[in-house]
Amino acid sequence: MSELVIQLTRAGFLALLWLFVLVALRVVRSDLQSASGLRMSVPGAGKKSGKQSRPKTKSPRQLVVTEGALSGTRITLEGRPIMIGRADDSTLVLDDDYASTRHAKLSIRGQDWYVEDLGSTNGTYLDRTKVTGPTKVPLGAPIKIGKTVIELRS
Amino acid sequence: MAATSTNPDNREAPGGPGTGKGTGSATSTTPTRRGTELVLLAFATVVVTCALTLVNLNLESQPPNQILYYGVAFLALFGLAHLAVRRWAPYADPLILPLVAFLNGLGLVLIHRIDIGNAAEAERAGDAFSPAAPSQVFYTALGLVLLALVLVFVRDHRTLAKYSYTCGLVGLVALALPAVLPSMIAPNINGAKLWIKLGPLSFQPAELAKILLLIFFASFLVSKRELFTTAGRRFLGIDLPRARDLAPVLVAWAASIGIVVLERDLGTSLLFFGIVLVMIYIATERAVWIAIGLSLFAAGCLAAYSLFGHVQQRVDAWLNPMTSDSGYQLSEALFGMATGGIGGSGLGGGRPAIVPYAKNDFILAAAAEELGLLGLAALLLVYLLLTARGLRAALAVRDSFGKLLAGGLGFAMLLQVFVIAGGVTGLIPLTGLTTPFLAAGGSSLVGNYVLVGLLLRISDASRRPQQPSKPQPQQPPIAEAHTELVERPR
Repeated sequence: MSELVIQLTRAGFLALLWLFVLVALRVVRSDLQSASGLRMSVPGAGKKSGKQSRPKTKSPRQLVVTEGALSGTRITLEGRPIMIGRADDSTLVLDDDYASTRHAKLSIRGQDWYVEDLGSTNGTYLDRTKVTGPTKVPLGAPIKIGKTVIELRS
Repeated sequence: MAATSTNPDNREAPGGPGTGKGTGSATSTTPTRRGTELVLLAFATVVVTCALTLVNLNLESQPPNQILYYGVAFLALFGLAHLAVRRWAPYADPLILPLVAFLNGLGLVLIHRIDIGNAAEAERAGDAFSPAAPSQVFYTALGLVLLALVLVFVRDHRTLAKYSYTCGLVGLVALALPAVLPSMIAPNINGAKLWIKLGPLSFQPAELAKILLLIFFASFLVSKRELFTTAGRRFLGIDLPRARDLAPVLVAWAASIGIVVLERDLGTSLLFFGIVLVMIYIATERAVWIAIGLSLFAAGCLAAYSLFGHVQQRVDAWLNPMTSDSGYQLSEALFGMATGGIGGSGLGGGRPAIVPYAKNDFILAAAAEELGLLGLAALLLVYLLLTARGLRAALAVRDSFGKLLAGGLGFAMLLQVFVIAGGVTGLIPLTGLTTPFLAAGGSSLVGNYVLVGLLLRISDASRRPQQPSKPQPQQPPIAEAHTELVERPR
């Protein structure tokens, strides 16, 4: 085989290797955007849904754990109630000696999210006040459950 | 770029859930991204097939019409794995399987290429020669079957936590087994007592032990997290842990010293201790554990160096590869990499087979010689991406056990790559770890496929949309699940 062909295929194969890496990185990037709960900024689709979602930007879209063993975890809010506690079927499973099996519940009424203590031993705190009945949760207010602190974010 | 633009349908549909009513079912709005996985698998197949074509063009060893057949077989093998993921872990990370396929495929091509070189040498010397590529293909298939079995039987990674002490015990026994067994069953191969040989079969139980011990540590640390965060005395502005809390670290340290002494394997020892340290660090977020571990490690290194001849030999070969008696392998590898340079000699253009054990320990040197710095960097980047996906799953999963396990699994792979790449390039003394997925070696390949199976399972749990508010009543009994699902594939 001629020397030129060898050199060309050599360079071509290296380019192919790097193309694979770049494609993989692209998948990582698109995954980052969809996992963080942000809408993909697809130009055409963005305009269509823009009118709908504009007035609702104030409503929380995700629950973020800011302190405790699970800190960094994000859960996208989808309208269903969120159960928090040590039970295996909770939405947010806490491994925390200070949390009860069914500790607290977050649920939506109309546009607002409400936190409710489910008879836990150590209580649920919204911004340092103990939660007794269903209480409205403002955006960014810390909810303390045992050693875990969660927040709602838009 | 065509590969990425073909799958916009897998992206999240705009105007999805999270606002107002949220009536849409979660499955329709959360992308599974299995299509992306398939496209990337096809791309990996193209890369691997091109590599094989180049090897055969440059060495003119095989008729080119067979290559297409190999490519199709490769795609079919991983296509079956893809179907298993689609069936049993539909929300798993779309990158993990293609990246593994890419590494494994390139490994197969490199092994095949070194086989050709070795065969030519053996012919010249008049020795018998058996190629390693066919058995590697067999172990790839076996590994993929095990990956599917992991996905089938481990439906929820949290069930593993229930067997943590069993895993820990079995893992420790497996780790210690070659050391205590008589040398008839556990022969001393190349100075290390790591293998168990039963008839024609030989395997390294350490590969299995690695995963079992990871499961044990993850579960142990979740339940005993407090133990490691209790502050003791303050010294020089650092919160030192209490002396009695050091016990688990000391046990791990003693065990890794034991491996060095009894099995004469530096790599496994280093890997084992590194995993323990990092998992404690992930669990407690306290850097003081890393400092304590590293100082223990340094003390252990000094002790091992002054006491054991085989450690001194390794260090000597590392510091003086050109003059030392045992440095021949490393110096040949360094010459090979220097020949490769930036762009490499092209697949089939170099002579990587000169290095002894080129297809096991020194496959990265072979890759560096033929693909150059650019190719090696691409390979290392793929390893990094694989680890990053593991850590991504660890971040996103919603329970602490899963977090620790995924973090540990991801890190174990990266540490293994670091130890062997550092050894091959002369950064650290050479130890006998295998390059995951790339190097020839059945136990390592199969073990790493089990590891990837667990990672897929955890990433599936982390990306799966939340269950509807009424939870699944009960999991079916395990016995039932067996009979139902074993029948299904193929």
